[in-house]
Amino acid sequence: MSKYSMHLLVCGGTSCHTSESDAIVCNLRDELEAKGLMDSVQVIMTGCFGFCEKGPIVKVMPDNTIYVGVKPEDAQTIVEEHIIKGKKVTRLLYKDPVTKESVSDSKDMGFFKKQLRVVLRNCGFINPENIDEYIARDGYQALGKVLTAMTPEEVIKEVKASGQRGRGGAGFSTGLKWELARKNQSDVKYVVCNADEGDPGAFMDRSVLEGDPHSVLEAMAICGYSIGSSNGLIYIRAEYPLAIERLKIAINQARESGLLGNNIFGTGFNFDIKLRYGAGAFVCGEETALIHSMEGLRGEPTVKPPFPAEAGYEGKPTNVNNVETFAAIPAIILKGAKWFASIGTEKSKGTKVFALAGKINNVGLIEVPMGTTLREVIFEIGGGIRNGKKFKGIQTGGPSGGCLSEKHLDIPIDFDNLIAAGSIMGSGAMIILDEDDCMVSMAKFFLQFTVEESCGKCAPCRIGNKRLHELLGQICEGKGSLKDLDRLKNMSLVIKDTALCGLGQTSPNPVLSMMENYYDEYVAHVTDKKCPAGQCKSLMEYVINPENCVGCTACARVCPVNAISGQRKEIHHINPSICIKCGACMEKCKFDAIFIR
Amino acid sequence: MSHIKIELRKEDVDFIKGVCSTFNNDPQELINVLHTCQEHFGYLPAEVQEVVSDGLNMPVAKIYGVVTFYSFFTMTPKGKHPISICLGTACYVRGAEKVLDEFKKELAIQVGESTPDNKFSLSTLRCVGACGLAPVVLVGDKTYGRVAPDDVKNILKEYV
Repeated sequence: MSKYSMHLLVCGGTSCHTSESDAIVCNLRDELEAKGLMDSVQVIMTGCFGFCEKGPIVKVMPDNTIYVGVKPEDAQTIVEEHIIKGKKVTRLLYKDPVTKESVSDSKDMGFFKKQLRVVLRNCGFINPENIDEYIARDGYQALGKVLTAMTPEEVIKEVKASGQRGRGGAGFSTGLKWELARKNQSDVKYVVCNADEGDPGAFMDRSVLEGDPHSVLEAMAICGYSIGSSNGLIYIRAEYPLAIERLKIAINQARESGLLGNNIFGTGFNFDIKLRYGAGAFVCGEETALIHSMEGLRGEPTVKPPFPAEAGYEGKPTNVNNVETFAAIPAIILKGAKWFASIGTEKSKGTKVFALAGKINNVGLIEVPMGTTLREVIFEIGGGIRNGKKFKGIQTGGPSGGCLSEKHLDIPIDFDNLIAAGSIMGSGAMIILDEDDCMVSMAKFFLQFTVEESCGKCAPCRIGNKRLHELLGQICEGKGSLKDLDRLKNMSLVIKDTALCGLGQTSPNPVLSMMENYYDEYVAHVTDKKCPAGQCKSLMEYVINPENCVGCTACARVCPVNAISGQRKEIHHINPSICIKCGACMEKCKFDAIFIR
Repeated sequence: MSHIKIELRKEDVDFIKGVCSTFNNDPQELINVLHTCQEHFGYLPAEVQEVVSDGLNMPVAKIYGVVTFYSFFTMTPKGKHPISICLGTACYVRGAEKVLDEFKKELAIQVGESTPDNKFSLSTLRCVGACGLAPVVLVGDKTYGRVAPDDVKNILKEYV
């Protein structure tokens, strides 16, 4: 990289990619070519920077300038102003929403300030399709160290000492998992990477695979050496075409460089990796279901024990870890367990990647030390709630997680604290909700997801969740009673206790946590037949404000069911028994005379 | 099974058999075989599954079980321009449902259906991971971000 004096890093993650970031790369190269600068300035398409809200992002190195919301036609200005004249393009700089000042250095931006990047260390810095760039940032050094200077037992001891816990959701000790897989004797063992990121709103695994695929390959080889396996499998969603393509390129490059295949580093250690594709089933994130799916079967879970470490893929000992878990391993080996264990809280070590989405200003991917508070994440890194609305809740852990409220904002985020608060870490999706979101509708939305994704094998999940969904539907329609709230709670607890796998055991979490934290809202739905957030259609009433109505008849003419009556230049009236609540009248009214009660 | 009856041509049968043999006629490769077949035919009608059953030497019931288990596989053909609306949580809270309603209204079809001229079909999906662009709509391979109900008419116009 040294022959160039400047680098233009363009984000090539899915979000920016769909906003034409490849056209930006083309235009930048054309401009540089035209100005004869191709030998001194290099344009690199990298993985995700994380700041998806303001994408597409272009970063100029070495001065660390970040340009946001760049369009392909801005390429000329960037080259002429910044590269040639050395002047920053002010209109493309990020503007701090509070101070209204332009910020050019990413280190000064609230979004990046509190972050500590371990898993995402290379995302946004290197070209993921070039193994040399990964190697230039100490890539494959950890594998070299492990193969030449450490015994498998030493590696496992190091990983155990780091205190890393599985990032897929359950939070089981990674080192302990490896140790169990090592202890089981077998001629063949498997290392499986779980890249079936089915949790809606979570996109960290995809970003790692798109931005730094080699870190996962390297870690899988390290795991293979530790447990005594030479077969790696990556189970990846078919919905991630870009990640699949980059993984294929990375695997081929690693093979060509002798970093995968036979006799790696001349040590006699063999390890190779194959890809297996998912086909859209949330339950396949559960490790036994995932293994069945890799065997070409329906992705239905089976009872543990036997654990995959004893009998997994093809009945052989199998170690399954998540993408994010693997991606941190090379850093742990190189920098040491002590360093990793020095970050985080007492029982949750290291950093965690979170995907922020929903009603928040800075949607994107962030990595923070365990123990950072929800308040810091939402209001400092996330930039607060969109459109100046009021914060209402945060759903952590996806449909299996819970919704935490204002009173939880100051708890330090780690595995145990989130469980104690009634939610889970899960894969790290965080959906932020504001005052306009109805907590009964949200619970219904999550249950709808679970009902669709339930594999149907066990009755509590198949029937119980369906009943929960029906009950929530009735409450949203104003047909619920106080007794139904008790029913919801009791049934939720039974499902939690009796379902077969993690999907069913966690599916009532949204209902339980929302009822716990927003009980008044549930009561309002069943006793007052009102939806305080104004989301439940059946509980809404469109009303005309007589003070604003001028009798223009526009609403009456647009109403598809003739529910609005009134003479010209007289105040109109909506008949609630005919109204279908389509909202057409409110959209049409130019005088703001129609409101929802 | 599906109400659609199709007649496979000889080259179609040969194609499926060829796919099976590239995967060594290994039943464990069923999902990969189905992916390749769906890419080719656009969907997986019963007749295709029967040939796969022959090629991999496994009961067609097992294949049907797998096809219907995974949401990626479909037994009904999609329209020329398949429209998918993301109903992941991030898109949902930013109003994806209203966008979906608008598509239903404009096309006069429900989710899972195609327009009578087979030009458009409508489906929902769970999170494409572009939550910064929520709500997201996909038409074929093209992604539309931050879609509002008012944009629906203009999106459809591009394909008329």
